[in-house]
Amino acid sequence: MADDDHSELPTVLVLRRCPFIALLEPKCSQKFNLLKAWDSPLPQDQFLTTHARSVQALLSSGNGPPITAQILQFLPSLKLVVTNSTGLDHVDLAECRRRGIAVANAAKVFAEDVADTAVGLFIDVMRKVSASNRYVRGGLWACRGDYPLGSKIGGKKVGIVGLGSIGLEVAMRLEAFGCSVSYNSRSKKPSLSYQFYSNVCELAADSDALIICCGLTEETHHMINKEVLSALGREGVIVNVGRGAIIDEKEMVECLVGGEIGGAGLDVFENEPNVPKELFSLDNVVLSPHQAIVTHEAFVDLGELVTGNLEAFFSNKPLLSPAVIN
Amino acid sequence: MDSIGVLLPIPMSPYLEQELEKRFNLLKLWTAPHKTQFIKDHATSIRAIVGNASAGADAELIDSLPKLEIVASYSVGIDKVDLKYCKEKGVRVTNTPDVLTEDVADIAIGLSLAVMRRLCESDRYVRSGLWKKGDYKLTTKFTGKTVGIIGMGRIGKAVAKRAEAFSCPIAYFSRSGKPDLKYKYYPTVVELASNCDVLVVVCPLTEETRHIINREVMNALGPKGVLINIGRGPHVDEPELVSALLEGRLGGAGLDVYQNEPEVPEELFGLENVVLLPHVGSGTVETRNAMADLVIGNLEAHFLNKPLLTPVV
Repeated sequence: MADDDHSELPTVLVLRRCPFIALLEPKCSQKFNLLKAWDSPLPQDQFLTTHARSVQALLSSGNGPPITAQILQFLPSLKLVVTNSTGLDHVDLAECRRRGIAVANAAKVFAEDVADTAVGLFIDVMRKVSASNRYVRGGLWACRGDYPLGSKIGGKKVGIVGLGSIGLEVAMRLEAFGCSVSYNSRSKKPSLSYQFYSNVCELAADSDALIICCGLTEETHHMINKEVLSALGREGVIVNVGRGAIIDEKEMVECLVGGEIGGAGLDVFENEPNVPKELFSLDNVVLSPHQAIVTHEAFVDLGELVTGNLEAFFSNKPLLSPAVIN
Repeated sequence: MDSIGVLLPIPMSPYLEQELEKRFNLLKLWTAPHKTQFIKDHATSIRAIVGNASAGADAELIDSLPKLEIVASYSVGIDKVDLKYCKEKGVRVTNTPDVLTEDVADIAIGLSLAVMRRLCESDRYVRSGLWKKGDYKLTTKFTGKTVGIIGMGRIGKAVAKRAEAFSCPIAYFSRSGKPDLKYKYYPTVVELASNCDVLVVVCPLTEETRHIINREVMNALGPKGVLINIGRGPHVDEPELVSALLEGRLGGAGLDVYQNEPEVPEELFGLENVVLLPHVGSGTVETRNAMADLVIGNLEAHFLNKPLLTPVV
């Protein structure tokens, strides 16, 4: 059966199939025995009880399922969770800490790709790239004339919410466009010259655009609320490459529909893949299907990092990208 | 100055028109039922033309306006103005450099990201409800790709500066190498195209640079290469571009300009690796106002016998 050592390869549990796992499998299955919960006719709990009691490592996807205390109960030998995401909001970190389970995440491996998406969405909203591309493809340029003017990026004040590895990459890029960068983060970063705001509402009030690059935690849940959006203002633009739930989505949709903020570029939503349909008719909104990390190059790099973390674990070496869980 | 006739061939900007009307006798050519007659009727009072990327001043128009002293273009590219003839006839020419440099460079990067990361296509994917059925596919990373730039003037340098922030190595082709630039120079466009991932066209349109992007260059850029045109439509052999894209010999294209605007080859409409913009390079409220101010400033300087602000001829 699956967890008898019919091969000498160490076993890694995977709960649900996803594109990333599928891409990783050829390389991974040469080094590890992938124990696939979804492949079994048994319901998950039963499968885990029957086959996963001696499993030491779990490969998790940021898309789910969440690694809850309940699931961890069925994995008494588990010592490592490796996730393909930077975000850890889908892992019960407190329970992992309690059980002495190490967690490795994707760290900075696709910070550049996420930053590229954030900047791409920002330029798109400000300069109406997707909207005017639609206009041309609809044959409207010839009969209706020039498309309405966009908004200049140079000289704008951009507030970055969360100045971790992704936020820093965004900041570096926007500086080259002549934007002035400020930020809000859990703590000030004294080595950086960007202006720090301890209060996200004050940051919004002083910014022409907000770019959300932070992780989702209890503190950041719905942090971008009506107050912050009002402070951002009628001309203000918001870009989200963090997690949907960092923004109060219902409020944001109302603000966009009511013209209370200027526009939005969104890669993440509260209830993916569902996107509020009110947004579909708005030309000042650009929608992206949570694909900030989905490039060939990112997947190759991520594959190497995930495999590297698993190899390190099974050979008692330090993890390549341990997440700090406190 | 309000008796000075200024000819405006096509509508360009309400703000520009308003400012011109305050100062001059603005003659709006597009409102005339018979354009040739209109020109004849006003020939003795027209001392200036305001042109732009689509409407300039050719020899025929210059000859029909014996009192013409200056052509002030609401654009930086002045390929529609017969510069040689203006020089011969002593007609001054001005354009709008610098004020639009950043906006045009921003669009070059915006187009590169939109094509490589399929931003417009995946926006369409979400809006059509397809995301509920499955994830969008893998796209291509932009950071770290080699960006080749044709034309290292103000805008070319601004594109390079932005691309460098994405860790893109920069290479370029120019009429002559610029030794003070730290980027890699290639003596031919084909060599540049063979050695870059994204090729940006941003040089002036002249007889020499017409069709600078031809079949050979597109083949050299290749099935993974992306062409970004923020120069002028005629820089690119457009029918060749269409077939290169349809046949997969070229990886993708981001276009802001076309052979015969506002016509855009419809064969491109169905391609997911193409982004099509309606000549919006300088199209922001702030920049168009700054361009208008520069046009007004040049005209005022001329008619007050002061040095022109941004003369070309």
